[in-house]
Amino acid sequence: MRFAEKIIESLCVSTRQPMPGGIKPPDYKQETLRSRLMPTPIPEELILPLAQHGNSRSRPLVKPGDKVLKYQAIACSDVTGIVDLHAPTSGIVLAIENFPIPSPVDKESKCILLKKDGLDAEIDHNTLANYRSLSYLELIKLIEQAGIFGLGGAEYPSRLKLKSGKNKKIKLLIINAVECEPYITADEALLREKAQFVVQGAEILQAACMAEHCVIVIESNKADAIKALEQTQLNSSIELFKIAAKYPTGSEKQLIQAVTSKEVPSGKYPTDIGILMHNAGTAYAVYQAVIEGKPCISRITTLAGGSLKTPKNFEALIGTPIDYLLNLCGLNQQTHTMTLMGGPLMGVKLARTDVPILKTTNCIIAASEDKFPPASIELACIRCGFCADVCPASLLPQQLYLYAKCQNFSELISHGLNDCIECGACAYVCPSNIPLIQYYRASKDELASQLENKISSEQWKQRFQHHQYRVKKDKEARRDSKRRETIKPTELTLKISPPIFSREAAKKEIAAAVVRVRKRKAQFIASSGGENTETDK
Amino acid sequence: MEAFIENQFVRFVLLISTAVFLAYRLLLVSKYLCKEYLKQKSMVDRINSYLPQTQCGRCGYKGCLPYARAISQGDMINKCPPGGISTILNLVELLNEPGLRLNPAHGVFQPPLTAVIREEECIGCTKCIQACPVDAILGAPKLMHTVITDECTGCDLCIEPCPVDCIDLVLLPTSSPRYWLNPIIQNSRFNTLETN
Repeated sequence: MRFAEKIIESLCVSTRQPMPGGIKPPDYKQETLRSRLMPTPIPEELILPLAQHGNSRSRPLVKPGDKVLKYQAIACSDVTGIVDLHAPTSGIVLAIENFPIPSPVDKESKCILLKKDGLDAEIDHNTLANYRSLSYLELIKLIEQAGIFGLGGAEYPSRLKLKSGKNKKIKLLIINAVECEPYITADEALLREKAQFVVQGAEILQAACMAEHCVIVIESNKADAIKALEQTQLNSSIELFKIAAKYPTGSEKQLIQAVTSKEVPSGKYPTDIGILMHNAGTAYAVYQAVIEGKPCISRITTLAGGSLKTPKNFEALIGTPIDYLLNLCGLNQQTHTMTLMGGPLMGVKLARTDVPILKTTNCIIAASEDKFPPASIELACIRCGFCADVCPASLLPQQLYLYAKCQNFSELISHGLNDCIECGACAYVCPSNIPLIQYYRASKDELASQLENKISSEQWKQRFQHHQYRVKKDKEARRDSKRRETIKPTELTLKISPPIFSREAAKKEIAAAVVRVRKRKAQFIASSGGENTETDK
Repeated sequence: MEAFIENQFVRFVLLISTAVFLAYRLLLVSKYLCKEYLKQKSMVDRINSYLPQTQCGRCGYKGCLPYARAISQGDMINKCPPGGISTILNLVELLNEPGLRLNPAHGVFQPPLTAVIREEECIGCTKCIQACPVDAILGAPKLMHTVITDECTGCDLCIEPCPVDCIDLVLLPTSSPRYWLNPIIQNSRFNTLETN
């Protein structure tokens, strides 16, 4: 507490202002916190997508039929923004083919299908007693080799985040343990049971980004996690900072505003104002990577929802099929209406459940009818302004809605559509049941494709100009060749002698040409046009 | 007074001043005309920059630039189906004209498509190559043709001339995946696409 308040005081430009807006939905967190964090049994087959996020894929290092050991790297990439993939268990690579991946539409992507052999044999890995002997570059390298993503859901490789801090001076490292969305308790369960590892991971992260100070931010209502943290951080320089529970404080920019009252400027990153944020899950993964030498092969995932008999948190291996986990929790098929990946407010509805857990999957909700009723009919906007009151980014959702409806993109941008974090607070309070977030997401997609079109249209414009130029040239050439055809090609014109570069030969050729021309002139009086084109050519 | 005008020097001055005045007016007029010309030229460019450059000719002109010229001379702005609503809105803003709905006589809005040749059926007639406004089809007489996907505008001008109907227009996945449809579009406009 001592230093944290001082740092935060020093970072404050004006008087402290909490995050604007926000909502307090019922959190339904207790049911998943009843049981302890359990490692999952290993499923028969694991599906490991080469593209852990977005469309960019890593390159597989194994072939079908290869035997792999646990922790062995099975895919890597030279492209920045993609991390390595490691085998979660030992077994045989069955195939590298297209399999369905988590998506709101039925989408397939290239995945490595791994069949377990049951031995769970590990590859050799080095453990490290004291990370302080390593330089920050070595630490970043270790984190890079472990293939760690921002496990909070931002899908940004941790090493890039750490490297970005190298050029800019980082004053404050924030470990984000704020899980504001209902149902999700992955970080809370982690802190409750593995607080000392998270704190150690935070210390490593602090050393890796050379931040002056480090705070763990947590909501004040997570009593168990706070207790566990307070016990472990006694002999550590890391501070604990408690904030009031409010949705969506867990979002990066909103949390920075809630903690430091500093607003990250639109279109900039937190590092630009000297702050770096990492998720508590990332800190744990970093601890495992650096101290235990284990790459990121599992993550803590909450399985919740009204259709599950025993909702709980799992330390699930990456690549575990979602339906396997759902069945472990006792899925009730009768009440199960849909599956959500992510929280109830920001998550996406999955098209199918035979898809794998990714490094960013923090929550799976097996929804039931009573908590997730079908969408009500959209009514007209009555301009009540509730949405503007709750918007954490201080936008005007009702204006954005109107512009999204008439697809006025220039106005959408000037009203700050790109600053919308799609938290769903506006749609939550809307009395007219307008699916606002869908309007914004659709508009963002449309804007992205427009930008793409702008680039391609410039290309098309140039190609069209070139096409016209080419057609004109072709036409001229054809006209000329037609004229040429009217002249009967004589033997002389057809004969092509190989060029001999000597004075004598040149003289001969010139003389021959003169004779030829005279002959032709005599033959065709009106053939000057044809002669011209030939010389032109 | 008469004597004053009769004065040689005064007459000379009057003549000169009239000449200078006229020259000045001429200069102004020519300047104005030049300005108008440049304005119109830049206007054509600006209109053209809002057109989608698919060169599909659905507006009735041979390409986007001719249509831009026609708009600058007073043609309707709602003849461009590939541009959709966004093109119309941009043109409304630029030209300060009343907003219009897309004229259905010229076609309906569609998400950008790409032509793909079913290569085993192609007979190598080069008719599609001649039709393509952006030279996006590669091939030679009696040899198989193929579409350069990145360059194809999806204008569908190659569909009609093909004697064996081996060209399809398909929706290729773009680099930005489009999961989210505008709720309004989802309800009305895209339904026509699904039935096709």
